[in-house]
Amino acid sequence: MSVNGKPKFAMYWAAACGGCEIAVLNIHEKILDVDANFDIVFWPVVMDAKYKDIEAMPDGSITLTLFNGGIRNQENAEMAHLLRRKSHILVAFGSCACEGCIPGLANLSTPDSIFDAAFDSITTVNPQHIRPQYTWNAPEGELRIPEFYPVLRTLEQVVPVDYYMPGCPPESHQIGAVIDLVIQALQGKATLPPPGSVIGAGGSTVCDECPRTRNVKAIQRFVRIQDLSHIDPDLCLLEQGIPCNGPATRSGCGALCPLAGAQCIGCYGPAEGVIDYAARLISAFASVIDGKDPDEIERILDGLPDPVGQFYRFNLANSLLRAGKAAHRLEEEEHHAAYQH
Amino acid sequence: MPRISIDPITRLEGHGKIEIFLDEVGNVANTYFQIPELRGFERFCVGRPVEEMPVITNRICGVCPEAHHMAAAKAADAVYHVDPPPAAKKLRELLYSAFYVTDHTTHFYALGGPDFVMGPDAPVADRNILGVIHKVGLEVGSQVIQARKYGHTVIEMIGGRKVHPCTSIPGGLTKGITREQRDDIEKMGRWAVEFAQFSLKLFNDIVLGNKAYVDMILGDIYTHRTYYIGMVDANNCVNFYDGKISVVAPDGEHIGKYAPHEYTEWIAEHVEPWTYLKFPYLKKVGWKGFVDGKDSGVYCATPLARLNAADRMATPRAQEEYERFYATLVQAEGERYTSTGTTKIVHHRLATHWARLVELLYAAERWVELATDPEITSDQFHTVPSEKPTEGVGVVEAPRGTLTHHYWTDERGVLTRVNLIVGTTNNYAPISMSIKKAAQSLIKEGTIVTEGLLNRIEMAFRAYDPCFGCATHSLPGQMPLEVTIRNAQGALIEVLRQYCD
Repeated sequence: MSVNGKPKFAMYWAAACGGCEIAVLNIHEKILDVDANFDIVFWPVVMDAKYKDIEAMPDGSITLTLFNGGIRNQENAEMAHLLRRKSHILVAFGSCACEGCIPGLANLSTPDSIFDAAFDSITTVNPQHIRPQYTWNAPEGELRIPEFYPVLRTLEQVVPVDYYMPGCPPESHQIGAVIDLVIQALQGKATLPPPGSVIGAGGSTVCDECPRTRNVKAIQRFVRIQDLSHIDPDLCLLEQGIPCNGPATRSGCGALCPLAGAQCIGCYGPAEGVIDYAARLISAFASVIDGKDPDEIERILDGLPDPVGQFYRFNLANSLLRAGKAAHRLEEEEHHAAYQH
Repeated sequence: MPRISIDPITRLEGHGKIEIFLDEVGNVANTYFQIPELRGFERFCVGRPVEEMPVITNRICGVCPEAHHMAAAKAADAVYHVDPPPAAKKLRELLYSAFYVTDHTTHFYALGGPDFVMGPDAPVADRNILGVIHKVGLEVGSQVIQARKYGHTVIEMIGGRKVHPCTSIPGGLTKGITREQRDDIEKMGRWAVEFAQFSLKLFNDIVLGNKAYVDMILGDIYTHRTYYIGMVDANNCVNFYDGKISVVAPDGEHIGKYAPHEYTEWIAEHVEPWTYLKFPYLKKVGWKGFVDGKDSGVYCATPLARLNAADRMATPRAQEEYERFYATLVQAEGERYTSTGTTKIVHHRLATHWARLVELLYAAERWVELATDPEITSDQFHTVPSEKPTEGVGVVEAPRGTLTHHYWTDERGVLTRVNLIVGTTNNYAPISMSIKKAAQSLIKEGTIVTEGLLNRIEMAFRAYDPCFGCATHSLPGQMPLEVTIRNAQGALIEVLRQYCD
C-alpha cells in the first residue's frame, strides 16, 4: 500500500505495437475507476515514470502489473525480471505476452536472416552490408543498443506469471470487467481466480459465441477469402470453405471478425484446456474435411497455402515446438546475470 | 570526449536514446538518436498468404493499425492486379478519414497542443490534456472524448474492430454498410466538421493571437530546409488514401510525382551501425548526412510536408484554412506567396501542429462527402481477383508520414519478399537533425543551458508526432527524458528529468 492507502498499479509494454495500451485507454470513463482505486506508479504511456523508482520499491509492493509485449531483446527481459520482482500479481496482458502473437512468427527465422531482410532490402543502399552493432565506437565515443535475442519469448518463458489475459488486443469490455473484479476483490467483495488462470476471456470457443448458422460441416475444398464472389452473411465461414480459426480459439471477443465477414485469425489464443493451439485446430479442420481418398484429402489440404501461419499465427512462440520453457528461463537467468556484471 | 546522455528513462525500455558529444571547446560535436528495437516483419511475413497482410501488418503499430491495414490491402490489390469497385474504395477511405479525425484530435489535444494552449513555459505538470481542460473548459474534454468515440465507432462499423481492423481483402472488403449505419456515420461526420472548425478557432485565438507563440513558431531552432513528400490526387490536392506522391524541394520547386510502384526510383534508405532503424532519403538527390538544403536527400513526411507538397485541399473549408496558413506563415517569412502554389513553402517545424488541424478539418469534410455519396451503401464492395498474383506496391499517407508496403508473391499469392517504409521512419533523419539543432542552440562553448533543454528537445520531437510504435513501441508525443550531464573528466554535474518523476 502506498501513502494514500491505495494498492499500486503498473502497466508496461515490452516488444509490442501499442494496441494493448490503446485498448486500455478505450475503456474511457472506467480509467477513472482505476485512478480512484489504485495508485498508478508506473505506466509509461499515460504518466511520468521512472525506472529507478520502481527499482527502489520493496519487492512485491506493486499489487497489480499488466505486462504486454513479447521478450525480443535484452531490455525487454530486464524489465520482465524487474517487474516480476516488484509485483504481487503479474498479468501477461495481450497476445504478445501470453503467446508471442504475430511477432512470434519471427521464430521461424534466424536473427541473421531478419537483419538481412531489413538491412539489405531493395531500397536499402548498404554496399558494406552494415548491421546494427550492440556496441559501436563512434568517432566521438562508444554507443550501445540492446542485444537482439535469437527468438521471441512469451513473458512466462522468462519469469513466472500469475494470470493470462489473451487477445490482440484484449477487448475493452473484458478489460473493464477484469478491473471491476480486481477492485471488488481488493474490497473483499469477490475472490480472484486461482493463480495460473486465464482472465478476461470466455471458457469456450469463438464458434460458441458466433451467431452464424452452423450445419453439419463437410468441406470439399478450402477457399481463399478473396476468391469467393459472395460471402454468405449468415452461414458459418468454415462451412463456406474459409479457414476460420474459431473452433480452436478461446471465446471472449464476441466473434467480432466472423461477424464482419472475416475469418477468426485466432488472436484470443487456445480455447480452455487446449495445450497446443495448432494441434487442436488441425484436428478441427481434419474432422470437417469431406474426403476418404488420400489424394483427395491432399488436394483439399493444398488449399491451405501456409500451414504454419494458419495453425500458429498467434501461438508459435508458445507452442509445444518450444516446449522447454524452464530451460529457456534458466538460460535467460544466466544471461541476465552475465549482463548485470 | 565529453558526452551528455539523454536517456528516455527508457534506456531500459526501448523508447530511444540520445547521445550528445561535445568537442574540445565545449560545443556540440555530434548527436546520436538511437532506436533500440527491431521485430522483423519484413522477414517473417515471407511465407504468409498475401490476403493476411492487412491483419498481420496492422500489428506493426497499434496506434495506426488502420494505416497498415490500408497500405497492405492496396498492395494486395496491386499484387492481384485487381481494381476494387468504387464503393469498396470509398468505404476504405471513409474509415480512413474517421481514423484521421481520431488520430489528429488525440495528438492536438493530448500530446502536441498542450505546449501551445498552456504555453511552453507552463509547468510540465500542467502541459497535458487536463491542463487544457482547466484552461479552456470542461466542455473541451468531453468533445475530445466524443471525437475519439465517433471515430472509433466508424472504424468498427466498416473495419469490424476498433483496434486492428479486419475487413479489407484483395479486391475490396468483406462487407458493406447498411443505410442506417450510413445515416449515423453522416451525423457523426457533420459533428466532426464542427469540432474541427472549433479546434482551428482555438488555435487561432490562443496561438496565432499571441506574438510570443508566433515568434516561437518562426524561430530558427525549429526550422529545417529539407525536401517534403506527400500524396496528392489528380488535382494536386492532399489525399490520404490514394494518388501519387508529390516531391517538393526546399526552395518550393515541385521536382516530380511518383506512382506507388515507382517508389524505388525515388526513395532509398541509409544504414548506420548504431541503431536498428534506417534513414530514408531521396535517391535522386543522394545521402549527404544529417544536413539541410537542396543538395541533401533528407526529406520530411508529416502534415506540414503534405501541405507543402500539394497545391491545395480538396474540400472548401479546409482550403480556406490552407490559404490562411500560407498567407500567414509565408508572408511572415518574407517569401513570395502565389496562388499557384509553385513557390509557397513553410519550413517551420512547429507549424506542423497548425497543418495537422487543417488536415483534421479536411478529414472531417471528406468523411461527410463520402458518407453522403450515393454509392457508399452499395453491395458491390468486392471484385474477385482474376489475374495471377505477382508483385505490388500499396501506399497511403499515415498520419505520421507516407507509408509504403511492397510485396512479391509466388503464383499462389504467397509472399516471397516484403519491403516496408513506415510513417515515422521517413522522418528519422529530420528528427535527428532537430535534436542536434536544439542541442546546439543550448550548449555553447562549454556553457550548458540546462533550463529548457529537455523542453526544447521534447518540442522538437513533438512537432513530428513521432510514433516509434512502428519501429519500436512508444506512443506519439510521450518522450520521457533523463539528461545526464558530465564534465570532460566524466564526473556527474547534473541530472535533469522530464516525464520521469
